[in-house]
Amino acid sequence: MKKEPFFWVTISCGFVIMAFILLPLIEMMTAPSFSILKETIKDKDVIRSIWLSIYSAGSAALISFLLGTPLAYLLARSDFQGKRLVESIIDLPIVIPHPVVGIAILSVAGKGHWLGKVFSELGIRIMGSVTGIIIVLTFVGLPFYINAAKSGFESISPRLEKVSRSLGASMVSTFFRITLPLAWRSMLVGIIMCSARAISEFGAVVIVAYHPMIAPVMIYERFEAYGLKYSQPVAVWLVSICLVLFLILRILTLRRPRET
Amino acid sequence: MIRIENLTIHLPGFNLRDINLTIDENEFFVLMGPTGAGKTVLIEAIAGLIPVAGGRIFIGNNDVSKLSPEKRDVSIVYQDYALFPHLTVQENITYGLHFHKIDRSEAEKRLACIIEILNLSHLQKRLPANLSGGEKQRVSLARALIVKPKILLLDEPLAALDPGFREELRHMIKRLHRNSNITFLMVTHDFAEALSLADQSAVMDKGRIEQAGSIEDIFQRPDSTFVADFVGMKNLFAARFRGTRAIIKKLEVELGRQPKNSNGYIAIRPEDIVLSEEALSSSMRNSFPGTVTRVFDLGFYYEVHIEVRNVIFKSLITKSSLFELKIIEGADIFLSFKSTAIHNF
Repeated sequence: MKKEPFFWVTISCGFVIMAFILLPLIEMMTAPSFSILKETIKDKDVIRSIWLSIYSAGSAALISFLLGTPLAYLLARSDFQGKRLVESIIDLPIVIPHPVVGIAILSVAGKGHWLGKVFSELGIRIMGSVTGIIIVLTFVGLPFYINAAKSGFESISPRLEKVSRSLGASMVSTFFRITLPLAWRSMLVGIIMCSARAISEFGAVVIVAYHPMIAPVMIYERFEAYGLKYSQPVAVWLVSICLVLFLILRILTLRRPRET
Repeated sequence: MIRIENLTIHLPGFNLRDINLTIDENEFFVLMGPTGAGKTVLIEAIAGLIPVAGGRIFIGNNDVSKLSPEKRDVSIVYQDYALFPHLTVQENITYGLHFHKIDRSEAEKRLACIIEILNLSHLQKRLPANLSGGEKQRVSLARALIVKPKILLLDEPLAALDPGFREELRHMIKRLHRNSNITFLMVTHDFAEALSLADQSAVMDKGRIEQAGSIEDIFQRPDSTFVADFVGMKNLFAARFRGTRAIIKKLEVELGRQPKNSNGYIAIRPEDIVLSEEALSSSMRNSFPGTVTRVFDLGFYYEVHIEVRNVIFKSLITKSSLFELKIIEGADIFLSFKSTAIHNF
């Protein structure tokens, strides 16, 4: 059968997009020589900043998981007035420009605000601290977790939970025996999305905490101070380590021994 | 026993109003009604799965209105089976036993028993995704019955099955009911199911109970035009009553009894209207000459419309009768029906 011209248009667009995404990445990944990469990873500052990135993004994902799961479940299961509004509010961090996020967080964390005063009374410092970084990353990552978990819960028929309740299971037992085993894959995808988003954050973090330095800030600093050649190896290490971590999570998700 | 008093439920876009219903111990009760009548809402309310705005629900002598679903001893079986996809057949069936204080030997005994009755032994290790519709529904029944509920709610349990399986499972449900001390409450659209399974029944429409009573009453003696129409009494006429006669337009029909009201309705099932080439005299009290106006092919049956003095009667006949009586549109024919086949209200 002769292919329609439209078919060739779709194929060509596909190739352009693939090249657009992959070319710069491949170029960057292959630019630094092996010896430079080896040297870079021996640099204590680099290790510290990559570790801080992973640690703070992981913490943000954990907080999103703990706080977001009940809300995601509520949004998936019940209809209430203002539900649309709540959903829009959850999506807000996605659309707000990143530096604005940083500024917004600083405005409640400062001494001029009662919340900032409470924090300072408790000895919690936001500005220039790991706590501040985690707060910022949670802010930007939360929507990704909640939306993924919510669609996971929505895909489970409420009748399964109803049957479980009628058979004697409490709401909590039903959640852990029925809902969670059926939704955990979506939740894990949500955790991956949330931490991926958190790890990539720069604009908001740089305003709240330039130091301690997360990897994206360090890449920026090295680029500013020494140029492309010195920022590339750090970027390569950050991307590689993150890819490996996500790959491991993904493999865990895809293992489904019981379902056929 | 289930007793429902003035039950009211408000859902977005749907209300259930002032439902009053009593279902006796061990009864097989069927709930019928058009789609959107509120049948599923009512049974989910009995199970405690839907918030209730007003009224009370009793199971036995206990007011369960405020009780959470897990404390009501009410099991539910849905049309789409609602099996837990991540659990094997055996794990599905025994699911409810975790929440009832039942020792291991008793649990094993119950499992063996229910598996035997529902013929599921060869499927125990399988996952629901690999079962046929009939098998899934048997698992769903086993899972509901193993906890020995007081009430079993069945929401159109046979509707999604192939005709062959449907009949088999219908017999199985009847047997299960007969051999247990459980009250069965089933929602169905299928009259054959209702008639073969139920003792008592109710018809719902638009969030209300239109009529409740014995299954014979519902099908033979509906007390509203809605129920008469719903149960297939296709000959439904507004009538004036004079002595033992009903007058429809200018046609007089002998009822053989005197109605209490002077204006009302008469209803006759289409299969009770007999067609013949000659006037029938025997026990048929009512026999009229008429003209065939329409003939509809219904597959196994034909629906014939006959006009008698501006009144259209509908009769259901077999294909062979159709040929024997040479029925075509425009033909002259006699129609007869017994006065006992007429229901007036």
